[in-house]
Amino acid sequence: MPPAIEASALSKTYPGPVVALAGVELTIARGTIFALLGPNGAGKSTTVRVLCTLTRPDRGSAQVAGVDVLADPVSARRVIGVVGQKHGADLEATGRENLVLQGEFYGIVGRGLKQRVEESLDRFGLAAAADRQAKTYSGGMQRRLDIAMGLLHRPRVLFLDEPTTGLDPEARVALWREIERLAAEERMTILLTTHYMDEADRLASELAIIDRGQIVARGAPEQLKSELQGDGIQIELAESENANAGAALARLDGIREVELDGRTLRARARDGGAAIPSVLATLERHGIKATAVTVARPSLDDVYLRHAGRAFQAEQPELEEASA
Amino acid sequence: MTPLRQTWQVYLRGARTLRRQPAYLGMTIVQPLIWLLMFGALFRAVSRIPGFHGSYVDFLTPGVVMMLAVFSAGWTGMGFVEDINAGVMDRMLASPVWRGALNAGTVAYGAFTVVIQTVLIVLLALGLGADFRGGVVGVLVLILAAALLGAIFASLSNCIGLLARQRESVIGAVTFVQLPLTFLSAALMQPSLLPGWIRAAARFNPVNWAVEAARSAAMQRADWGLVAGRVGLLVALLLLAALLATRAFAAYQRSL
Ligand SMILES: Nc1ncnc2c1ncn2[C@@H]1O[C@H](COP(=O)(O)OP(=O)(O)OP(=O)(O)O)[C@@H](O)[C@H]1O
Ligand SMILES: [Mg+2]
Repeated sequence: MPPAIEASALSKTYPGPVVALAGVELTIARGTIFALLGPNGAGKSTTVRVLCTLTRPDRGSAQVAGVDVLADPVSARRVIGVVGQKHGADLEATGRENLVLQGEFYGIVGRGLKQRVEESLDRFGLAAAADRQAKTYSGGMQRRLDIAMGLLHRPRVLFLDEPTTGLDPEARVALWREIERLAAEERMTILLTTHYMDEADRLASELAIIDRGQIVARGAPEQLKSELQGDGIQIELAESENANAGAALARLDGIREVELDGRTLRARARDGGAAIPSVLATLERHGIKATAVTVARPSLDDVYLRHAGRAFQAEQPELEEASA
Repeated sequence: MTPLRQTWQVYLRGARTLRRQPAYLGMTIVQPLIWLLMFGALFRAVSRIPGFHGSYVDFLTPGVVMMLAVFSAGWTGMGFVEDINAGVMDRMLASPVWRGALNAGTVAYGAFTVVIQTVLIVLLALGLGADFRGGVVGVLVLILAAALLGAIFASLSNCIGLLARQRESVIGAVTFVQLPLTFLSAALMQPSLLPGWIRAAARFNPVNWAVEAARSAAMQRADWGLVAGRVGLLVALLLLAALLATRAFAAYQRSL
């Protein structure tokens, strides 16, 4: 079976000239959730606009659900759903009117349409507000309406451009559940862009980091984190000032960057979990008592900063240190 | 079938907006009445110019109708500008909706507004003692010509909205074309009293086509050949304008 999304060598330059995409390559398997991360202006929305037929790249090719989006955009539009970064609902119209018009645009009519509209109003908690103008909705309700509209025709591939920006924590979690449900139960392929690491970490089975129009890293979240080769190990000692403890640890194979700070001993290990037994054994041999040991896996923040952190680091150097 | 359905749905969207904004509805109704009264009072003396025949209200009614059709339908493109700014346009264009329906629906709505305004002007003109010698059929031709003219300018306005994507451009275009098109026609002045160069320019002016067709059918003893010819020209221009507007979606998408 072909992948749900396949893009190769996508390039696009806006007048200016602003290079928005400089050879983006993407392959996304069916039924998976894929996150596209990157700083402002990296090219996330442009990638989405190209893949959902809104705009054409200068070069490159792209297929979505087996349809060539450049050669046959009309067929592609039938099988994809799009929720843009901006609101897409007509705020002068009611929630129901928005959904009905959206259905008509996809050729869904009559009783089938009516039923689908009711279902999706229920599913997104908009039933009570269905006949109010969307401009009276809260930000979260408007976002839910956008998503309900993007899903009304049951697309096979869904594009979500920063779907949770502006949502409160509860609404975010609710939307995450819905996204997970769509991928798991309806075998929908979902490409989402986000600035939130926790979102990508929780939802995506695979992610890519895009910077200045290029994919600079990609893989499963776990894989990307382990590529950083550095779990943090933190040991709380029973007594302070054990200078020889640090020296002993530093001699161990695979242990780096040993640091003693009062009673806290910090080190990095390629695989923290595997290193712990030998670390504890070494401490014991030197007669040093440890009261607590923690191993911290590198976070996606670390991955992100490593690959796309330039601009970020320049502005806020202390952040880089905090996460290192 | 689907294109027609979609056109109807887009039209309904526009009609709902009008219903929800009573102030706008009020303006739509009051505006034509003010225009006719104003022009009527202002230009009454014109009918005393040597060489002018007949009543000025009879003469003026089709002219005011067409002037207003251009003016009122000319704003249609504002809707697209709003849609673009609100993200609504991109959402619609990511769907398989027929682009022609997005244009045709809003154009139909613009033309519908023109029809309402035209009917109001006709009623007021009757109250002022106008003599619609063409009867009901003549008035229907007047309404048809106004609707066609309105549709042409609604479509062109959509085109400008999509290409320029700015309110200012639409406002500029409407104000720029309205007066020249009105004065380069027989809308407010009998053709025989117009300078030669204006009469020449008027032959290529859609406002003049609509005025001539409406005046002949509604206010005089109809010259059906002339009426059919002018209406034919309007229909042809409308098709061209609709084609342009439908193409403009692709141009807009290229700028995304
Ligand atoms: N229609 C356009 N015309 C001109 N330049 C554009 C246009 N759209 C995007 N760009 C430029 O292309 C680059 C990529 O923009 P894009 O919107 O894809 O970034 P993004 O990753 O989605 O950023 P954000 O996180 O801020 O949404 C930016 O430099 C942007 O200014
Ligand atoms: Mg973006």
